Amino acid sequence: MTPKQKATLQRLGPFIALVLVSVGLAVLSPDFLTVANLLNVMRQVSINALIAFGMTLVILLGGIDLSVGSILALSSVAIATLIQAGVNPLLATLLGVLGGGLMGLFNGLVISKGKVAPFIATLASMTILRGLALVVSGGSPITGFNSDLFSMLGGGYVAGLVPIPVVWMLIMFGLFAFLLKKTVFGRHVYATGGNEEAARLSGVKVDQIKLWVYTLSGAMSAMAGVVLTSRLNSAQPTAGSGYELDAIAAVVLGGTSLTGGRGWIFGTLMGALLIGVLNNGLNLLGVSSFYQQVIKGVVILLAVLIDRSGKK
Amino acid sequence: MNVVMQGISKAFGPVRVLEEVDFAIAGGEIHALMGENGAGKSTLMKILSGVYRSDGGSIRIDGQPVEIRSTRQAEACGIAIIHQELNLIPQLSVMENLFLGREPSRFGVIDSARMRREAAAQLAALGASAIDPEAEAGSLSIGQQQMVEIAKALAMDARLLIMDEPTAALTEREIDTLFGLMQALKARGVAIVYVSHRMEEIFRICDKISVLRDGRFVGERVIARTDFDEVVRMMVGREIGDRFPRRTAAPGAVRLQVTGLADAQHVRDISFEVRAGEVLGVAGLMGAGRSEILKTLFGLNRRSAGTVLLDGQQVALDSPGAAIAAGLAFVTEDRKSQGLVLGMSVRENATLVHLPQYARLGVVSDAAEQQAVAGLIEQLRIRTRDAELEVKSLSGGNQQKVVFAKWLAQPPKVLLLDEPTRGVDVGGKAEIYHIINQLAAAGVAIVMVSSELPEVMAMSNRILVIHEGRQTGLFEAASATQESIMAAATGTAHAA
Repeated sequence: MTPKQKATLQRLGPFIALVLVSVGLAVLSPDFLTVANLLNVMRQVSINALIAFGMTLVILLGGIDLSVGSILALSSVAIATLIQAGVNPLLATLLGVLGGGLMGLFNGLVISKGKVAPFIATLASMTILRGLALVVSGGSPITGFNSDLFSMLGGGYVAGLVPIPVVWMLIMFGLFAFLLKKTVFGRHVYATGGNEEAARLSGVKVDQIKLWVYTLSGAMSAMAGVVLTSRLNSAQPTAGSGYELDAIAAVVLGGTSLTGGRGWIFGTLMGALLIGVLNNGLNLLGVSSFYQQVIKGVVILLAVLIDRSGKK
Repeated sequence: MNVVMQGISKAFGPVRVLEEVDFAIAGGEIHALMGENGAGKSTLMKILSGVYRSDGGSIRIDGQPVEIRSTRQAEACGIAIIHQELNLIPQLSVMENLFLGREPSRFGVIDSARMRREAAAQLAALGASAIDPEAEAGSLSIGQQQMVEIAKALAMDARLLIMDEPTAALTEREIDTLFGLMQALKARGVAIVYVSHRMEEIFRICDKISVLRDGRFVGERVIARTDFDEVVRMMVGREIGDRFPRRTAAPGAVRLQVTGLADAQHVRDISFEVRAGEVLGVAGLMGAGRSEILKTLFGLNRRSAGTVLLDGQQVALDSPGAAIAAGLAFVTEDRKSQGLVLGMSVRENATLVHLPQYARLGVVSDAAEQQAVAGLIEQLRIRTRDAELEVKSLSGGNQQKVVFAKWLAQPPKVLLLDEPTRGVDVGGKAEIYHIINQLAAAGVAIVMVSSELPEVMAMSNRILVIHEGRQTGLFEAASATQESIMAAATGTAHAA
């Protein structure tokens, strides 16, 4: 095997893992391999995948974004408040996503201009934004929007079959893959994550790249918030807590390096699907939710260990 | 202590790195190990110091066959290695570093008083009593850190010291101190293997020289009975022609004119001009502020005073982006940390600076990019099997050519070079000189900082000398001598 073939095989690891787990589940449970169930899995995965796409860019920079769950919650309650105040639901949604972007931009400013470590900066904003979500909502869920259009965004189907969140996920997957692989911006993200100093000396506007990446991460979190709020017909100030860990897990399972500079969106999609398929399969098999957590953790550990050993 | 390595072979997977290599050194001898990058020097020394295990061959110490399976065993045999990247832990104190892993203790509690006493004694024995045993290792100069590493090796009773490029980051004065120490160790019967690319130093300090080429042993010579040319021939296996190829074109009009340049802290009142097709060498001691001049010109350090004219027009170079847009290019000193994104491919590195050139509306055209990279690989004769290979898999010389490629995708007006051949082997150096000459012939104005005086003197038209942030001399290269440059660099001469 040439080094190049080996590298390709390595990159396909998450995909192979997904196929193997799926085949195993298909054998164990007759309900797994049905169109309805698979679409259901993808719908469940979509929220995590949307956040994880943004997180992939952040991690490619060598950063981390812990505030995604709080951004999701604050933009959700903001959208809900606007709709209930009579603002057009689509406009409210747009403003909410924009607002999520601004929250991300704030992270980016603190990190690039304030030179604060991403872990600390987003840990702080995670707490601040969660608090603001509770303030805006008064601590209780905001329910009932009386808008068919808004409930379509997260709860509708295309052609009566494919859930709209899945469509969102696939569109954003395509966009992010294109952004990373084909654009100057994407190349500069890899270069900055791979060697910030060399990138800066090559004229890459490193600070600008960081601002954009954290802004995108915020906007994607808000988008996930739209999907969640629409589906539940309710915005909850406590929503999304712990989502940052699922997103990070998907990114890492997908083979993106936590030290930056190396990774891809396809892997992240596979990682998110792998987590979703495991959840679904273990439910179908009637495994207790306590054991499910143990198994998920072990799978993540195994995947990363295999990835490590392959790189030696 | 006599060490004889015989028939040493080593392969990594299918790649044979060493084939039946012989190497012998006796106590009280300073023995240079030379070869181009990739010749197998490091691998051979890593086998001797227990980092790798050889696939075949034998090692004998004082006639007794030994098996060295780990660095611990090597240490027990009295073999210590001092790596180019120093291995001190910067946050710990000097004495904590000296005794790391074998701290004097009682019931697990460190005996600090004894540690301090012994550390001071060991440093004094090396003539380095100026180093405070309680200072943080990271606060010492590179030269002092190296002393601490040597003290550490000797404290472990090393009889054979392997030094890998020990002078690469030292000032002239520190090099003198180091060489004095090496002579003293030699007199005490310590054997020293000296790995370096710097020929002048090898001829100054070493007794013997062994040369490797492509993983094979080429030969051993006594320094007193060989010369530069023979050693270079042994290393590259062919004539490389002139060590410094000639440049014939005469310089044209003034391209870069710098007047009264200063930054906040390092340099003051620097004025010079460079013509199209001219190479201005910048000489001076380590830390004199040579690199800072380039960094200030390139908009990395803030300029506090001075004007810069490019082709007669005043330019404000206040960020790398602005400098690049104005037509400046900067080959930085440390290619691993500043020049290249090591995890990226040759292609991605080569187009990093001028990527927008191959893009429309921010979308990169693969075809345009690949074509440009193929052209650069051809033009600079970068030896890589595939432009998609990670740049870190290339040899030092070829990596450096990729750094050049990055800047040449669009011809610059002014090229700033900081130590352009550091860590590059002899063959690679000649090729880089050739590239510099080609660029000069194409009308680029070149400013070259280098610590290797022969390089500065042979490659420059004129030489600017810096001492403690101020210029102390500007010489015509043809009439300059090493002595006159060193006098200006050490501040013992008045401005020319």
